[in-house]
Amino acid sequence: MPSLKSLRTRINSVKSTRKITQAMKMVAAAKLRRAQTQAEQARPYAERMERMLASLGASVAGSPDAPKLLVGTGAERTHLLVVVTSERGLCGPFNTNVGRFARNRARALEAEGKVVKIITVGRKGATYLRRDLGSRFVGEISFAGKKKIGFEDAAEIAARITAMLDEGGFDVCGLIYNRFRSVISQTPVEQRLIPAPLPEAAAGGAGGALYEFEPAEEEILARLLPQNLAIQIYRALLDSQAGFFGSQMTAMDNATRNAGQMINKLTLNYNRTRQANITKELIEIISGAEAV
Amino acid sequence: MATFQLELVSPEKLLLSRPVEMVVIPAAEGEMGVLPGHAPMIVALRGGVISVREGGQEKERLFVAGGFAEVGPERVTILADEATPVAELSRAEADSRIAAAEQEYLAAAAESPEKREAAMNRLLAMRAMREAAQAG
Repeated sequence: MPSLKSLRTRINSVKSTRKITQAMKMVAAAKLRRAQTQAEQARPYAERMERMLASLGASVAGSPDAPKLLVGTGAERTHLLVVVTSERGLCGPFNTNVGRFARNRARALEAEGKVVKIITVGRKGATYLRRDLGSRFVGEISFAGKKKIGFEDAAEIAARITAMLDEGGFDVCGLIYNRFRSVISQTPVEQRLIPAPLPEAAAGGAGGALYEFEPAEEEILARLLPQNLAIQIYRALLDSQAGFFGSQMTAMDNATRNAGQMINKLTLNYNRTRQANITKELIEIISGAEAV
Repeated sequence: MATFQLELVSPEKLLLSRPVEMVVIPAAEGEMGVLPGHAPMIVALRGGVISVREGGQEKERLFVAGGFAEVGPERVTILADEATPVAELSRAEADSRIAAAEQEYLAAAAESPEKREAAMNRLLAMRAMREAAQAG
């Protein structure tokens, strides 16, 4: 039977753990709110960009010298997967889910005889995937120490991907990240970046007017596409960020609850032991008195 | 006077969305004044100042570092890479960014013409920013 002292220390240690997880939960909740507003504010730009791209892309996609960013290289041999994860842990199954999704995807592609290259964004994904797929890594990007993810960060990743495409580093590019459904639910998804999937429905509808272009269509498209790539990545980063805080909040909430249960159990144990000790002492005294 | 809906968005947020009478945008091939009922157009922007006019007067001036604009008869959407009200620009910041852009341009000069041109555009945008900061 554990001594009273050791039980007391354990209760205290679990209590301080609970304090920490409770504080982390609060912090995650506050950060979640901020991340959500940031994601919200990025939406109008992405939507307008999509609309503009729809009216532009439809007219250019058919021509043979359409930009690579839009139509890809024509081949489908080398796949580049950009895997977005978080910088930190303590967030439940958040990173494992993306990691597993990415690994399955990579395996499936390789089974089809394709070449897979991986860029990881965020420290956790890199450590998770390195063991199995380390040889496919072509880049690791980390925002460790950054307070807020800005658009420049996304633009930088986009520039890197574009440079790789120009060198013929890959044919198809997909972005794997946790889509934020709600605070308690995030699902890993793959979004295709290159060749860009064109939002077609809008083109024929209300926006079907004929646009004039200044400068020429191709030139605008050449500037619009990298920007579009960056905004897609930015959106994914923000989604993943909000999902991370949501996941962390849930995880910390569970941890706090578990710690509470543990404390109850230990306290019960402690009181029982204390009572048993007292009873034992009483018996000893009584039997001593009887013997006299 | 007739108005149209003006929307100004940057990747970080929606900056402006309201009916205005006229807007002057720094299109890549020269300034362009847009009134209601303009023919549909998509234009690229260079670095410069967007000026919003209401009631025959200039109501607002915003600096953009480049981007795109979609012009329609009833709506103008400006997708700015970066937008700041002119009053909030600072010369010191503009100067330091010009210096950075110059460095970048020199570095890019040896590379492909596209890169050089992109760096050149950035440098010009930053110079426009200093001008705007001085004038504002």
